[in-house]
Amino acid sequence: MAIKIINAILAMAAGVGGGIALFVILNAVVERLPIRWERRIKPYVFIGPAIFVVLAFLVYPAVLTIYGSFFDARGENFVGGENYVALFTDDAIFRAIVNNLKWMVVVPAACVVVGLAVATLADRLSAKWESVSKSIIFLPMAISFVGASTIWGFVYAFRPEGRPQIGLLNQIVTWLGASPVAWLQARLFNDYMLMIVFVWLQAGFAMVLLSAALKNVPMDTIEAARVDGASERQIFFRVVVPQMFSTIVVVFTTVLIGVMKVFDIVRVMTNGNFDTEVIANRFITEIFTFRQFGRAAAIVVFLMIATIPVMVVNIRRFRAQESL
Amino acid sequence: MTTSTPTAGETPGGAAADDAAIKGTQPSKSAPDDRRGSPLVRGVVLAMCLVWTIPTIGLLVSSFRTRTAVTGSGWWTVLASPLDFTQWTVQNYGDVLFNSGMGQSFINTAIVTIPATVIPITAAAFAAYAFSWMRFPGREMLFVLFVGLLVVPTQITFIPLLQRFGNLGITGTFLSVWLAHTGFGMPLAVYLLRNYMGSLPREVIESAKVDGASEFQTFTRLILPLSAPALAAFAIFQFLWVWNDFIHALVFLGALPDVKVMTVNLAELIGQRGQDWHLLTAGAFVTMIMPMIVFFSLQRFFVRGMTAGSVKG
Repeated sequence: MAIKIINAILAMAAGVGGGIALFVILNAVVERLPIRWERRIKPYVFIGPAIFVVLAFLVYPAVLTIYGSFFDARGENFVGGENYVALFTDDAIFRAIVNNLKWMVVVPAACVVVGLAVATLADRLSAKWESVSKSIIFLPMAISFVGASTIWGFVYAFRPEGRPQIGLLNQIVTWLGASPVAWLQARLFNDYMLMIVFVWLQAGFAMVLLSAALKNVPMDTIEAARVDGASERQIFFRVVVPQMFSTIVVVFTTVLIGVMKVFDIVRVMTNGNFDTEVIANRFITEIFTFRQFGRAAAIVVFLMIATIPVMVVNIRRFRAQESL
Repeated sequence: MTTSTPTAGETPGGAAADDAAIKGTQPSKSAPDDRRGSPLVRGVVLAMCLVWTIPTIGLLVSSFRTRTAVTGSGWWTVLASPLDFTQWTVQNYGDVLFNSGMGQSFINTAIVTIPATVIPITAAAFAAYAFSWMRFPGREMLFVLFVGLLVVPTQITFIPLLQRFGNLGITGTFLSVWLAHTGFGMPLAVYLLRNYMGSLPREVIESAKVDGASEFQTFTRLILPLSAPALAAFAIFQFLWVWNDFIHALVFLGALPDVKVMTVNLAELIGQRGQDWHLLTAGAFVTMIMPMIVFFSLQRFFVRGMTAGSVKG
């Protein structure tokens, strides 16, 4: 064990030290050049390593994946668009796509609603309790998806009727006089039980951004509405929310991007069984269980295409900021 | 001080908004006499706080109960008999740490996480400085590349990377996952750090150059210390992101005991011993300890990092 730890520390030192040494050496080399060349080359020395890893570990593999999506399982024979046709004709993959759409409709909206509710209601409490309640909602952000799946798997734990229930939810159900439910196997609503885990984890993020936006709504717009005799409800929906709209859009799209790639919760809690399959889990299953590399590539290219609108918006917003 | 971007913590001024967002130090939007909240408001907030804490409390309580106690009765029954010491034990932690390999996995997670945090920050800081304060052809186009890559799903790289890593013989080694995380974390790191460094006052950098400092000196002695808040926020985000990461560790490292990280170990435990809640709860808690420490000790940077970093692909 001690040797392992020493090896690990040496490996870490090599990894970290190597990264820093690279810059120091490159810089020393460039500084020996004539000043004109130093000026020209130095920026590329500074950005070089970052550009290199991004090209090597993101761009180049992405291009290879797109290329591979037109080949068969082992990447040997060209099959045209066959893998893309399979996205819609293969029942399991198609179900994964439909389920992902369900996630994309429900979860971002739920996160916005919960985040907005906490931000607004906590705003009405004393500073101390506002801080405490927000911290509590934010805390799950620290927990891994796998950890949260364990937490909620235990909440959903199911025992047949008559035996003591050890899952909190089924205990509540039996206290209310109903029969215990196998939450994760109930095809009618089990994916919503998984979505709850995601919302529980991510609502804190929505709350922080929405709360900051709420604090930035100018007070005089609210007071003017109050003077005009608007009710608190009218003030909230017609004065406050519209002024927070751009933040709501940002929160929604950010959660949306996360939801499109949802994997851990489904992998750990049901592994896609009982009709809960999603795209990212199907992708891993196609690679490691079925060794269908071409089809897996098509699945993930499809996923990437779905993110392109957000990518375009991000770039446009960046360009707009820069031109200010 | 805008919060209309997903990166509220990215500028020197934006940080204050995030702090206030959690602390509630900014003025309330409700009527001035209403700061204690009506009973209804307090009731709803309390209910939500309970839903957000009780599941975790149940996990913590169960992790200290014996196998017989956990399978025999719900964890909430301890409220009725907290002093019945026959139900309490720390054996579960001993079991997961040493029999289920969670102790080794804890070390593995740390080995994966520390370089996967430091290496991207080093490279990104240099790049961010160049993008902010140096003029060169292709500057904007190259930066747009990083912005565009922010939301790309990393899954797009898995098949080719697995094949290349296989050819190089580094599949299942820490090196492979360090490299992968360095690449995957880079767009966000460069984006956040550049936004922060670019907003530092120009006079400061120019006065350093007038004093004869080289670019390297300006960067290491001036810009890096001034960028500490942004570096800390990104470091915490990346640290927790890698610490909690499951999919990349599963794909690039796998499940051999020597390299298996905690999330992979816990997922395996759930698959194999799904009914042994006394072990699963203890195992889950071991995975959560470090993030909890970070949360409670560095909450300000934590909030900034998590809000700024949530766009990551």
